[in-house]
Amino acid sequence: MKTNPAKWTKKHLLGIEELTEEEITLILDQAANFREVLSRAIPKVPALRGKTIVNLFCEASTRTRASFELAAKRLSADTLTVNVNTSSFLKGETLKDTAKNLEAMKIDMIVMRHGCAGAPHFLSERVTSSVVNAGDGMHEHPTQALLDVFTIKEKKEKIKGLKVSIIGDIAHSRVARSNIWALTKLGAIVTVCGPKTLMPAEIEKTGCTVTYSIKEALENADVINVLRIQMERQQKGLFPTIREYVQNFGITKEVLKKYAKKDLLIMHPGPINRGVELSHDIADSEYSVILDQVTNGVAVRMAVLFLLSQGAKRKEV
Amino acid sequence: MCPDDKRGEIEMSTTSRILDEAGIKRTLMRMSHEIIEKNQGTERLVVIGIKTRGAFLAERIAGNIKEIEGKEVPVGAIDINLYRDDLTETAGQPVVRSTDIGFDINKKKVILVDDVLFSGRTVRCALDELIDFGRPEAIQLAVLVDRGHRELPIRPDFVGKNIPTAKTESVEVRLKETDNDQEEVLVIHA
Amino acid sequence: MDILIKNGRIIDPANGLDEKGDILVEKGVISKIGGTIQKAGAEVIDAKGKICAPGFIDMHTHLREPGREDAETVETASRAAVRGGFTTVCAMPNTTPPCDSRANTEFIIEQGKRAGLIRVIPIGTITKGRKGEELSEMAELQRTGCPAVSDDGDSVEDASLMQRALEYASMLDLLVISHCEDKKITGAGVMREGYFSTVLGLAPIPKEAESTIVARDISLAERTGARIHIAHVSCSESVEIIREAKKRGVKVTAEVTPHHLALMDKDLKGYDTNMKVNPPLAGEADVKALKKAVKDGTIDVIATDHAPHPEHEKEKEFDHAPFGMIGLETALPVIRKVLIEEGDMEWPEVIEKLASNPARILGCGRGTLSKGAVADIVMIDPEREWIYEKEGILSKSVNSPFIGTKMKGQVTDVVAGGRHVLKARGIV
Repeated sequence: MKTNPAKWTKKHLLGIEELTEEEITLILDQAANFREVLSRAIPKVPALRGKTIVNLFCEASTRTRASFELAAKRLSADTLTVNVNTSSFLKGETLKDTAKNLEAMKIDMIVMRHGCAGAPHFLSERVTSSVVNAGDGMHEHPTQALLDVFTIKEKKEKIKGLKVSIIGDIAHSRVARSNIWALTKLGAIVTVCGPKTLMPAEIEKTGCTVTYSIKEALENADVINVLRIQMERQQKGLFPTIREYVQNFGITKEVLKKYAKKDLLIMHPGPINRGVELSHDIADSEYSVILDQVTNGVAVRMAVLFLLSQGAKRKEV
Repeated sequence: MCPDDKRGEIEMSTTSRILDEAGIKRTLMRMSHEIIEKNQGTERLVVIGIKTRGAFLAERIAGNIKEIEGKEVPVGAIDINLYRDDLTETAGQPVVRSTDIGFDINKKKVILVDDVLFSGRTVRCALDELIDFGRPEAIQLAVLVDRGHRELPIRPDFVGKNIPTAKTESVEVRLKETDNDQEEVLVIHA
Repeated sequence: MDILIKNGRIIDPANGLDEKGDILVEKGVISKIGGTIQKAGAEVIDAKGKICAPGFIDMHTHLREPGREDAETVETASRAAVRGGFTTVCAMPNTTPPCDSRANTEFIIEQGKRAGLIRVIPIGTITKGRKGEELSEMAELQRTGCPAVSDDGDSVEDASLMQRALEYASMLDLLVISHCEDKKITGAGVMREGYFSTVLGLAPIPKEAESTIVARDISLAERTGARIHIAHVSCSESVEIIREAKKRGVKVTAEVTPHHLALMDKDLKGYDTNMKVNPPLAGEADVKALKKAVKDGTIDVIATDHAPHPEHEKEKEFDHAPFGMIGLETALPVIRKVLIEEGDMEWPEVIEKLASNPARILGCGRGTLSKGAVADIVMIDPEREWIYEKEGILSKSVNSPFIGTKMKGQVTDVVAGGRHVLKARGIV
């Protein structure tokens, strides 16, 4: 048996863009082992016992927060959730002061979700703990991309050469950006599809193909990752109506029958706007692996928390 | 005057071979006999090795037991990386391998197998992990080499070879599944 | 006290001078220039190996006084300016209250005199209160000492009002400095739209936010015959429009900041808020076009757009930090690197952009080393290396992305208004 050459040395996980293919593969391999832990009678290991992990969520989230909390608890870490609605953020405390206060509490890791791109970078420059980006504005959502790729690999047994289409509001989506990085680094062929007004500038320079046609996005696709459409984008005049969006980009049984392969996988980061990006019956259909994504999310996050705690430890030595 | 350079050319460490391939084979066979003898047969016996080398030794012991008694004994392997304390010897990489126990360990007699017993911390991790899997009737420890210097009250039930060592020395077990084709047990003197 | 500057390389583009020689300042005025000069009792400045140029004139500075004295005051900005080689700065009027009246104008001039170092020139507003609704009393502003008006920080959104403003200003031969930005196109944007805004996940500002208003303002100026100066140009489209307009004889001039030449959108990786500026840092192709425009004269002036913000305001999430960086003390070495070392320009061309052209465009005098001119002289050591340290910054604010970087080219001495105000880097 040959030993795994990849090593984890990073102290923070701020994005996928700065990871190598080997580092991504390492996380995925570790996640598989953590998924086995989750299937045990006692789905808990003492690996992070005595460590304190703070969930700093400055943006609303249920599933990501719950997933991280569960992952930390399964590793026997102590967790603390700071939710912006009940914390002193409302009293006008700046991110800088919040960082200082957390630092004074001597915690080990901060999992942060924030509405501004670069907020986890800002934090990582001001605290000694490790920082995990759980979503920063429109920039990245690394653990989402990792669990997405994990889910694909599990179902399709490979990533390289697969055709993956990401459909929706690409311009405002951190999930899209992180997925593009992860998929291209692992050798997938990525297409992004959505209205031109929701397509960010020069996105093709990241290595993906751009199309405004749902037909092109679906034809020969092995996987589609369908993004949530936020209602406020319509109010800002970025597209005429939800109705028009659904007619041109909505995933329905008809559109799948027309263009999709029989073994297509449908993913969605959640929460789903049923009837908008996905029709009511598709979310629960045989194509959908949306619930697998949720299960895999805990395992992937366990892998990330474990590797970061080891990486930080090694730096100290 | 030139300093005596010759000193720098002498090897900094010397290696003694304690067991060769044949020696390992015989030792494992003798241990397998002992396991069967002490447990008066193979009833409720399971063999679980500590990854990486302990797992391969466990496979061989189970194979030997089948040869001796004609009975299949379930074999499993555990990875203890999620149960380490800071002082457990690491191979240097913070990675987790898979744990494969495909059977119920409740009320079973577990033969826990590892290659080298040293401080005892690795075995302590393995005990904690096994107890999270279920409640075995008993856990018996089988090691190929006991090199002394225990830091915890852990003692082996079956020993291949007792090798008294200095703390500065290291003991290496080389198996064909993990290292090279020449199997041996070495003591490397600092 | 008379001042004798010896053995410097005298560069005065306005008079076509580039030669080794001495300069004599008597009674605050340049009395002799060129050749070897002797004067008993004069303070001698050894300018061997140094360049002697007219003191720089910054057409675009934010002094923050009145209203934001926590960020900067006329006094602290004067000190920073002197260190940077600027003997005149133009105070942009987006203060609180804005400079739209005689009282405000006189206050700025008075504060400059109180600081006693350099000439502080007030720029008045185009509209009352800078609100973009009614014209300000431009004649009075001019009479009280404003050589130009600007609503900088904003465009005049109402095109018909801008047309009338240009019409009125042309009657007075008053320069209009235009901050060209369609705020509706900017929206919530915080950096230049492009590959990097996409990858960094930051809200984009399309180039059209600037270029559409540049086109609008130039066409309005053309019709009215007004003199218009385009502030902080940042994209190739704007450059093209200005170039064509100049060919047609439109009375348009333009400026660029040092940071728009030295930095690019890709430098925003790492989310350093000190690089968050408006207009935003440009893409590689645009920066190339800007440099070319400086070389070929489409861009006439280098102005700093010195924009101080207190540290705690900048130390925030990128989205929430205010726009702007300081620049008075770093302009010279940054320009030297970008245009002379990495580019193909020479010192006389650079000094033209920093001194001669601003003086001519503003019509405010100085900017030359002519005999009889008030002595505003800067001495530059073009080879001296130094590090721009945070502790030594004279500006009250420290929002600069150049902190800690090695600089080459340093202002060593400054004579302003005939007084030796900077002696070997120390303020007198």
